[in-house]
Amino acid sequence: MIDKRVGSVAEAVSVIKDGATVLIGGFGEAGSPIELIHALIDHGAKNLTAVNNNCGNGEVGLAALIASGQVSKMICSYPRSANSMVFPDAYRSGRVALELVPQGTLAERLRCGAAGIPAFYTPTAVGTPLAEGKELREFDGKHYLLERGLVADFALIKCERADPLGNLTYNKTARNFSPVMCMAAKTTIVQARRVVERGEIDPEHVVTPGIFVDRIVEVADPAVESELIAAGRRYP
Amino acid sequence: MSASSRGWNRDQMAARAAADIPDGAYVNLGIGIPELVAEHVPPGRELIYHTENGLLGMGPPAAADRRDYELINAGKKPVTAIAGAAYFHHADSFAMIRGGHLDVCVLGALQVAQNGDLANWSTGETGAIPAVGGAMDLVAGVKTVFVITKHVTKTGEAKLVERCSFPLTGQGVVARVFTDLAVIDVTEKGFVLIETAPGISAGEVREQTAAPLYSR
Repeated sequence: MIDKRVGSVAEAVSVIKDGATVLIGGFGEAGSPIELIHALIDHGAKNLTAVNNNCGNGEVGLAALIASGQVSKMICSYPRSANSMVFPDAYRSGRVALELVPQGTLAERLRCGAAGIPAFYTPTAVGTPLAEGKELREFDGKHYLLERGLVADFALIKCERADPLGNLTYNKTARNFSPVMCMAAKTTIVQARRVVERGEIDPEHVVTPGIFVDRIVEVADPAVESELIAAGRRYP
Repeated sequence: MSASSRGWNRDQMAARAAADIPDGAYVNLGIGIPELVAEHVPPGRELIYHTENGLLGMGPPAAADRRDYELINAGKKPVTAIAGAAYFHHADSFAMIRGGHLDVCVLGALQVAQNGDLANWSTGETGAIPAVGGAMDLVAGVKTVFVITKHVTKTGEAKLVERCSFPLTGQGVVARVFTDLAVIDVTEKGFVLIETAPGISAGEVREQTAAPLYSR
């Protein structure tokens, strides 16, 4: 019987190697897999390329991973935060490189990478500094840029419910990038608020089918990033 | 009296923009003054709000005691969902934007050029952290792009210009601009004055605009 559950967050992330590209779900704090990120800090893999819409808040979660020096490059759309100087300091000092990608192009790069599509044309960013070095092509009188599909070694994902086969559901806007990230990673590691029995998730309600998921760990009471920050917490 | 304390205030600018959004439109509102548009929709009209982080049918901000940090808007603030709302992932959300399914977006601006070019994500300053979010996707894909902005900067420089000096968000994308002084269309010949705020003359608007401003 297939059972993708592992015993702890430490075991879940233990397969991540130095130099890996890691997709990290979440939009701001919504959907951010804090416990898996903290386990990755403890695990210590270095020289990572991290992909997220943002660059973390306060000094916990993604911001803490950047502060730990394990990230050498960020791929994201909006690396600004009202309450964190971790990324700006790391970027200005040259410790972390930045590839800035429009948010929709980032989502589409993941979807295409996941679907075996190496590149696609989009009108987003035509005529802007983010078009530099990219092929420009005209279709039906309109200009489009060639953008590359994006695949990764790992994805760290937070979901609401998972079954042992890896079928997932999410909670409200905590879904955001997670489904396309599950699809675009070779190994997808998921923390679920609740792991349920096979068959408990109605097949009509499955958002991420289990084929896109490899390792599942239950984190029944995940930290709320805003609350950690309000309490002045930092990790480790 | 300076121009900044005259003309329309933030709410009045938002109300003026809301008046031009048709009943039944699917709408994405940017962060800042554009967010106020939702509070000023004329009675009898229903607009459906899209937030790019995966919600169609966004309702008002969440009350202090009902905040859910897994139900937020693009500005990362807790919001609510209306009856009949839908959640979806980012690729679907941006397919709505990039595929031309949204009717109107309302954005802020650093500069708008007379050919409709918009600059609203970066001043190009060295050392600044570049951050674009979904702005380039919105202007490339949404059917009608409205801009709400003060007519001039805090230091009095024109924001409506012949050519943007800041890095562009998109080329030839802006349809209409709502400022504290006037409503201005972007047309094939350039800026066209549609309406002035009460007590503001066309001459005054021209003085504060760094490009030709044509009459209707």
